[in-house]
Amino acid sequence: MSTPATSSTIASAVPDPTARPPRPGGRRTRSLKNIGWVLFFLLPSAVPLAVFTLAPMVGSLWVSLHTWNLISPMRWSGLNNYTTLLQDPSTRTVFWHTLAYVAGYLPLVYVGGLALAVALNRKLAGRSIFRAVYFLPVITSWVVVALVWKWLLNPSSGLVNAVLGAVGLPQPGWWTDPQWALPSVILSSAWKDLGFVMVILLAGLQAIPQDLYEAATVDGASPWHRFRYITLPLLSPSTFFVVVISLINGFQVFDQVFVMTGGGPAGSSQVVVGQIYDLTFRYGRAGQASALSWLLFALILIITAVQVRGQKRWVHYA
Amino acid sequence: MYAALLAGAAIMLFPFLWTLITSITPGGTLSNGPTLLVKNPTLAAYQTLFKTLPMARIVANSLGIAVASTLAQLVTGSMAAYGFARLSFRFKNLVFGLYLATLMVPLQVLVVPLFIEMKTFNLQDTYFALLAPSLASAFGVFLLKQAIEAVPRELDEAATLDGASHLRIFATIIVPLIRPGLATVAVFAFMGSWNSFLWPLVVIRSPELMTLPLGLDTLHGQHLTEWDVVMAGSVVSIVPITLIYLFAQRHIIAGIASTGIK
Repeated sequence: MSTPATSSTIASAVPDPTARPPRPGGRRTRSLKNIGWVLFFLLPSAVPLAVFTLAPMVGSLWVSLHTWNLISPMRWSGLNNYTTLLQDPSTRTVFWHTLAYVAGYLPLVYVGGLALAVALNRKLAGRSIFRAVYFLPVITSWVVVALVWKWLLNPSSGLVNAVLGAVGLPQPGWWTDPQWALPSVILSSAWKDLGFVMVILLAGLQAIPQDLYEAATVDGASPWHRFRYITLPLLSPSTFFVVVISLINGFQVFDQVFVMTGGGPAGSSQVVVGQIYDLTFRYGRAGQASALSWLLFALILIITAVQVRGQKRWVHYA
Repeated sequence: MYAALLAGAAIMLFPFLWTLITSITPGGTLSNGPTLLVKNPTLAAYQTLFKTLPMARIVANSLGIAVASTLAQLVTGSMAAYGFARLSFRFKNLVFGLYLATLMVPLQVLVVPLFIEMKTFNLQDTYFALLAPSLASAFGVFLLKQAIEAVPRELDEAATLDGASHLRIFATIIVPLIRPGLATVAVFAFMGSWNSFLWPLVVIRSPELMTLPLGLDTLHGQHLTEWDVVMAGSVVSIVPITLIYLFAQRHIIAGIASTGIK
């Protein structure tokens, strides 16, 4: 211990002709100091991430290999939870519902958001007011959106059915009808997220050089051709971002389902995360719930990886 | 097209208006079907709301937790970003990889063990438990690292020659130059906390510690839903965030937009 300290004192005392700017401290103290700085800058984030994310991650894997009701001691069960889940038809059902949710939600928000972005990218009276209005649902929390829409879609005293009835259209039972429960959730979710997609795509549109359109117009390209061959390809990075984020979030759908339908009626709108919640806190099957959360995570990872690999085919970076 | 935009805007706004109208409609007349013109507007629903739940406390909780987690993520995120962008140390890539790994795991995977962790240390049903998972976010670290790497290194080298320490370079040179990135992180941190539902639902029991989403949900869960009261609660929860939004509108939209470019 004493030798390096002494040598560094000497090193700093005797000016070294090869050292360009004179620096205090020898190599060892410098590297100690460097470690000090690294710890100083990293620990404030590393500690919470390690304790509240990494450790629970490992813990969750561990729990998924046990039978456990959160109260009595855990019992090792190997991969039992996973095989049980894979054989259980209700697992397929909740994944199927989640997939149906994503398949309904994504096209709605993308096409709607794109139409809005294109419309609001032009010079237009009240453009900023429109943007603000369309964005308002984005800042409203999911629980509020779900409650408000549950009330709007109330089959007997809701506004939507009153309007449908007034114009002589059929009045669905919405969230009280197994056939309409999931579509109710999809509709309200798309309403909330439309503005988010619009903002991302607007930013993408504004990054497209204007002279491309001018050149195309000179060459006689129709508005549709300009949209098809300039806007869409140059917007593809933003589209890619929207699709990746929407899929990741979509597969984790929970809040709006929990509030609007609670997964019902008769499980007709139960999604994967709702099932994880119920397994843990309703049925006391924490091990199985953890296993299910890892299955969901694996699916999200695979889907995201496929998209990242597949982006070369259709995403054009300028 | 203008007509379509107007119709769309109406669809966006109408639910908010409807929420307000319902909240001032006398509870007994709600089942008569919707009316736009309320006959005897009343604030009774708001009175019931504030009697049932400690609403002022709940709003303050939501705002307080959102502000605290935003500040925490700005500090922890920018510091870590500086560490990864400007310091060299062994296993840097491995450590950064671990940070990124935390980004990929959805909250649902963590909820059960996190709950048990809190229970073990007797921290469930506390403010700390609400705040703990959002003290740091790898998303913020990643975004700010990109921002710092875009700052020319010559700037800090010049400061180093003048004898400035890392802390000084970080605070006086880097932080002011990455303000747009910080704004983005702030927007996401605030909204994430403000909207958070699953984790509070799992870890909070006492009404005095509830955040808005949780409080509203309990309101809705009680016996037969009193829609006027639920809508009054929704109005109370929409107003503060809308005010914040109106003040910071440009920054919020720019912050979200900038994550999609590239």
